[in-house]
Amino acid sequence: MKAAVIVFPGSNCDRDMAVALRAAGADVSMVWHKEAELPSGLDLIAVPGGFSFGDYLRCGAIAAQSPICRAVVDHAGRGGFVLGVCNGFQVLTETGLLPGALMRNGSIRFVCRSQPLRVETNASAFTSGYAAGAEIALPIAHHDGNYFADAETLAALRAEDRVAFRYVGNPNGSVDDIAGVLSENRRVLGMMPHPERAIEPAHGATDGAALFAGLVGALVSG
Amino acid sequence: MQEPAITPDLIEAHGLKDDEYARIVRLLNREPNFTELGIFSAMWNEHCSYKSSKKWLRTLPTTGPQVICGPGENAGIVDIGDGQAVVFKMESHNHPSYIEPYQGAATGVGGILRDVFTMGARPIAAMNSLSFGVPDHPKTASLVSGVVAGVGGYGNCFGVPTVGGEVRFHPAYNGNCLVNAFAAGLVDTDKIYYSEASGIGMPVVYLGAKTGRDGVGGATMASAEFDDTIEEKRPTVQVGDPFTEKRLMEATLELMATGAVISIQDMGAAGLTCSAVEMGDKGGLGIRLDLDAVPQREENMTAYEMMLSESQERMLMVLRPEKEAEAKAVFDKWDLDFAIVGETIAEDKFIICHKGEVKADLPLSPLSGEAPEYDRPWVETPAATPLGAVPQIDPIDGLRALIGSPNHAAKQWVYQQYDSQVMADTIRTPGQGAGIVRVHGTTKALAFTSDVTPRYVMANPVEGGKQAVAEAFRNLCAVGAKPLASTDNLNFGNPEKPGIMGQFVGAIRGIGEACSALEMPIVSGNVSLYNETDGTGILPTPTIGAVGLIPDIDAIIGTVAQPGDAAYVIGATAGHLGQSALMWEMFARAEGDAPPVDLAAERRNGDFLRAQASAIRAATDLSDGGLALAAFEMAECSETGVSLGISDIATLFGEDQARYLVAVAPDATDAFEAAAQAGSVPIEKVGSFGGDALSFGDRVAPMSELAPLYRSAFEEAIFG
Repeated sequence: MKAAVIVFPGSNCDRDMAVALRAAGADVSMVWHKEAELPSGLDLIAVPGGFSFGDYLRCGAIAAQSPICRAVVDHAGRGGFVLGVCNGFQVLTETGLLPGALMRNGSIRFVCRSQPLRVETNASAFTSGYAAGAEIALPIAHHDGNYFADAETLAALRAEDRVAFRYVGNPNGSVDDIAGVLSENRRVLGMMPHPERAIEPAHGATDGAALFAGLVGALVSG
Repeated sequence: MQEPAITPDLIEAHGLKDDEYARIVRLLNREPNFTELGIFSAMWNEHCSYKSSKKWLRTLPTTGPQVICGPGENAGIVDIGDGQAVVFKMESHNHPSYIEPYQGAATGVGGILRDVFTMGARPIAAMNSLSFGVPDHPKTASLVSGVVAGVGGYGNCFGVPTVGGEVRFHPAYNGNCLVNAFAAGLVDTDKIYYSEASGIGMPVVYLGAKTGRDGVGGATMASAEFDDTIEEKRPTVQVGDPFTEKRLMEATLELMATGAVISIQDMGAAGLTCSAVEMGDKGGLGIRLDLDAVPQREENMTAYEMMLSESQERMLMVLRPEKEAEAKAVFDKWDLDFAIVGETIAEDKFIICHKGEVKADLPLSPLSGEAPEYDRPWVETPAATPLGAVPQIDPIDGLRALIGSPNHAAKQWVYQQYDSQVMADTIRTPGQGAGIVRVHGTTKALAFTSDVTPRYVMANPVEGGKQAVAEAFRNLCAVGAKPLASTDNLNFGNPEKPGIMGQFVGAIRGIGEACSALEMPIVSGNVSLYNETDGTGILPTPTIGAVGLIPDIDAIIGTVAQPGDAAYVIGATAGHLGQSALMWEMFARAEGDAPPVDLAAERRNGDFLRAQASAIRAATDLSDGGLALAAFEMAECSETGVSLGISDIATLFGEDQARYLVAVAPDATDAFEAAAQAGSVPIEKVGSFGGDALSFGDRVAPMSELAPLYRSAFEEAIFG
């Protein structure tokens, strides 16, 4: 399984994402934001956490205009898989690959802690390693994770089973406790929690490992 | 623009005393011009020259087989085996943070991170030690909010995990908060970079953010007391840009990998002046700068302003000319400004040219070498008044007073605003003693702690200084780490007062003795003096940051006790209540002497604890609040109860040193006791974990009532 991790100048979870993907068996390359083309034969693109361009105003807005993001959108348009975590989720909403927006946390403060979540669907390559309805815990670390979508979009997300994760105990004011959403074709996932920070006992939590194992497994066999 | 004439008022406004100015005139054989006066004031202020403290800092132990680089460079470097080293330092940003809390704290973090990556190390951990005034002081809530958001805002964006720290409140900090920032990085021992320039005619290259007027005179401001003109000083605080710092770090590390860097120095206090002089002085060379080439953010900047600007996220380096193309490619990749702004010269001169004029022509080495050095008069701190009678109290009420105070309540409101897990190598997050970060790609880990008990230092600077080091030693031992070395951030009042200078001298003596005995040499540090407002000083606060090595992460000692585990105290208990947290929080009494520190006992008990790591389920050091607070905290963290067969107040709340609380599984107690006996280490079984209540003798309280108090008291006290 071939994966690429996109690196913006302010990405700071790019290495962590690559480590997690490699641990699950993926062949990972790092792709700089100024590249206009992706390596050939990619199965997955991961957009990692961080502060892509400082993100002092609207998180991910500048990144979404970078040359590589046009290639990411094209990859998704061809049915390719894309995973966006934290800042990556923000970037994916800014590119329009995922609906909704991520606003400043309701508390107006950055929040970093272990967060209980419910896996709402396992009908996606990303969540295939979990049981639907399972409660897991993943680290969160963000200032702008307050998910918002209009009523119509929310209705569609619910009706189409596209809410991948919900918070158990909402940490940031997200509408309907939404922590992660899938695209219509279920091949793009954006999520605020950090699965790559919970893949081995040394992390004190391992609930993220199933995401990478399930994803790599699904893409290899699929 | 017409430059101001040099008048006595102007000299005073630059923080230079009459005799210091006379020294300048003697050195130059003439009066300095305005730009030169600015350069001297920047180099000779307390912040940059350490003129009051140098004499005493020289007495500290700074060497050891593990030390690769001691004080004098950007940060200290300590060997951790396998060709790797840890680079670390702690530095204050007190005055800026009081004036402008968010940016003051943020740029404090930025400065210390730069110190670390300037040496070639990638930062892997940060901590911060914060001291504020009392919660009901009108400025406290906004200072706490701003400082914490600033620390988080910078470190989170930069991408370094914040894994530890301290937060305290005391009226002595009402008008002068302390913000001490620590950073540590990882470097290969054959890829370390220093500031010493070499080679004549080598290009001096400026890299990073453009120079603006922010922070002009900041270092001089940081060396003065506060008074009611403080608001006017806001423009002297710099503004941080962690995104640029992140790019600067990546570009610097990439540039080093190309082999282009001869020497490098970050622009911190007194920016271009200090960094250029440092590189030239270390290399025995002169420097000529052409300010027209400096990337500028504002129009019509003068030489004076550029030389004193403290704009953030800037580096100065001497590069190999033949590598210019490779260097330019790195700068372009990261979209950073760079410019060749000068060259090294053979003559011992610091020459500043701007718009076709020589704006300064000074001898270079005397700028640092001839800086004034004072042997300030000092008086020994008088012996503390004895502790008066201690009222009879219910021990549960004593515990409630502690866990209900912002000083001893849980600090999650603070540390949840810091990203503690970025880089995915954090093994222990804040709130559980020392922070632990794995050395990436290995099974080794480093432990980090920051400690000081200012009440002790106030009562007895020597014992208080020792205690700060001893507590750091214990916090490292309690996680199973071998203490390696320390950094000191010495925050005191006005050194021109003999009483304050006496606190400084005493604390240094105590720190030195403890660092020698515990083999934790001081490898870097920072002195912050003049922490006074309207003539009232802070509590003497010599913060000790320390680093320990854990050879294998499987050997880390935990923090969670299991129901049924026995609770032991390692170390002897005498019941010392002088200057204790209980007396302060419950009765507002700061009486008695600080607890004495027996360094041999510290060493023996710490070594014993580490040797017994496999027999111990959970460990914590005993410090503020004694056994009572430690037992509660371990039970709370373990989501269980604890019962101690002790109701005596002095035994429960005494702050005797060299002690730990450990939880030992029932099947391991015999071996544990035998090992203690064999090593002549005093241990005592004090109770056991389990149930859903805390009991001290026959006094009982449900954990379900105590835990919420502990978890909410901080926010309640500060923000009501």
